[in-house]
Amino acid sequence: MAFNFKEVMNKPERLAPGHRMCAGCGATIAVRTVLRALKPEDKAVIGNATGCLEVSSFMYPYTAWEDSYIHNTFENAGATLSGVETAYNALKKRGRLKENYKFITFGGDGGTYDIGFQSLSGAMERNHDLVYVCYDNGAYMNTGIQRSSATPMYADTTTTPVGSQSNGKMQNRKDLAAIIASHDVPYVAQSTLIGTMKDLYEKSEKAIYTPGAAFLNVMAPCPRGWRYDAADIMKICKLAVESCYWPLFEVVEGKWILNYEPKKKLPIEDFLKSQGRFKHLFKPENEQLLVQYQEEVDRRWEDLLFKCSR
Amino acid sequence: MSIRERMSGNEAVAYAIKQINPDVMPAFPITPSTEIPQMVSTFIANGEIDTEFIPVESEHSSMSATMGANAAGARALTATSSCGLAYMWELLYVAASDRLPVVLALVNRALTGPININCDHSDSMGARDAGWIQIYAENNQEAYDNFIQTFRIAEHPDVRLPLMACQDGFITSHAVENIELIEDDKVKAFAGEYHPENYLLNPDMPMAVGPYANSPFYMETKMNQRLAMENAKKVILEIADEFEKISGRKYGFFEEYRLEDADYAVVIIGSAAGTTKDAIDELREQGIKAGLLKIRVFRPFPGEEMAKVLSHVKAIAILDRAESFSACGGPIGSELKAALFDFKFSGIAVNYFYGIGGRDYTVAEAKAVYSDLIAYADGSKPVENYKYIGLRK
Repeated sequence: MAFNFKEVMNKPERLAPGHRMCAGCGATIAVRTVLRALKPEDKAVIGNATGCLEVSSFMYPYTAWEDSYIHNTFENAGATLSGVETAYNALKKRGRLKENYKFITFGGDGGTYDIGFQSLSGAMERNHDLVYVCYDNGAYMNTGIQRSSATPMYADTTTTPVGSQSNGKMQNRKDLAAIIASHDVPYVAQSTLIGTMKDLYEKSEKAIYTPGAAFLNVMAPCPRGWRYDAADIMKICKLAVESCYWPLFEVVEGKWILNYEPKKKLPIEDFLKSQGRFKHLFKPENEQLLVQYQEEVDRRWEDLLFKCSR
Repeated sequence: MSIRERMSGNEAVAYAIKQINPDVMPAFPITPSTEIPQMVSTFIANGEIDTEFIPVESEHSSMSATMGANAAGARALTATSSCGLAYMWELLYVAASDRLPVVLALVNRALTGPININCDHSDSMGARDAGWIQIYAENNQEAYDNFIQTFRIAEHPDVRLPLMACQDGFITSHAVENIELIEDDKVKAFAGEYHPENYLLNPDMPMAVGPYANSPFYMETKMNQRLAMENAKKVILEIADEFEKISGRKYGFFEEYRLEDADYAVVIIGSAAGTTKDAIDELREQGIKAGLLKIRVFRPFPGEEMAKVLSHVKAIAILDRAESFSACGGPIGSELKAALFDFKFSGIAVNYFYGIGGRDYTVAEAKAVYSDLIAYADGSKPVENYKYIGLRK
């Protein structure tokens, strides 16, 4: 079905207002978009790794979730939803449940790339019929902006602080979407918050309604951690895509598909300079770091183009 | 008619699982519990049961998936030992606080440090304060009988707590003994199906599990867990009575063996009770009033009940198969002594460590414990409060 913005936006909200996420938080926008992709008649169980989203949306005795919801711990969202999905199969098989349910779990990059990586990998390899959505804001934001393996190179975080002997995080970010694609699951996609959210909405729909395990990696900026004006979120996401820092792609049954190629690839500086966490890169003595940065973005982009050309 | 068979403890538990046919079982192999998921997988592969088995990538995930399945509305269980239980540690507390009546078949094994595959109770004793019901078996028959009762206790509306059914690694898990099995239809009727009031897959009422609950609510959560544990005492006895009706076998919080008129008593958990009983029989022939209290239910801790039946004893040896490194006693030693103090016990109570990491415990060693007790009671030997059985010199 063709994407109809008005229709999509008029779907009932499944994350109620009144939760305590920060104004302008990218994770919340991502969650609402993903949940809109559920057919209104379908029920869902939502899982959640410990993180900002969990502690701000289900503070006893209040929950913002219209659907059934389970938070277990930081590192086991994949395994917990594996159990829920298997219980669904068992109850269906035994004639104790008639309704259709879908299973979606959310985790930040800490709970997904790092501490929850094993649990995620297991759930993907076993091919449970669920969607794991990583809202990737590139650091452990809930505990106060510590580096994760999703943190981009040279980012200033509280455990990779910039100082006289440090230019921030020394390593490149882990390419988790590619790692999950290597699990040979039916559907993997990378997206972010762009325009009408068509990209994320359609990928969510595919992820939810493709039988088997699906993984969505959604760049979800954090105004506090990235240090930009909260109102600029859509601009930041656009710069990430236009600079090829955060390409939009899908891996469908092992086939890599590029969803968007900028007409004119913007220099990485355009993405970096809008954020306080990269401020140090624009000191005259750090010019070489920016050159390196661009080389790394180009290398990854070329690699992606190659994968998508096969 | 009940069925006479020969089985190992792992076979007995797997057989009980087969008879109950639970909804979901995630598991990860670890010695000596590995056979349980293997056998269950075989029952499924052969179409004998239709439990959904999840071959997870770790014990952390086996407990996580068991909890997810249970919260979703399914009867769910897993099995593990030793480091597997240690790897589940964080989740044990969450399962208890989320009030998820999951069942864990625990085959006791020493925790690594150094690595050791043999029996002691350091795994389950380390988890004693996690909020789980703990029931221990002396032999294969008890492992089977206890397991059949597990879900009924855990899922009882007044309880709703996770439960670990423990047996001794290798000693009972791998040793084949005679066993009396209950007919399938009787077990099925006894175990029933799991129909919780609230669950994730309830189409009429969604549910949220695992909230953020800070200081305004956390303390009440813990208090309610304690109340549930108190309720479990009543429920465990009720279910035991019901179980006696289908099996003819009687269970309580503990077993008293020649304790009624005993002057000297050993308190113990698990398979070593059998060895101690042999020692008692020999000592009784010599006119020594030796007795035994074998704990079956360690959580909830039947402190008052034990203090009552031990009140007339002159000297008690409390045998721990796990260290707690408090440097003043093991887990059973410390807790039972506290209970004895509360109920004004005036005799002698000493703590022994035995069987750590699978060290043998023999009838001769059990008899030596009673010799100590006699000497402590008549004052011929100064009381030593912290002793090892079978320690290399």
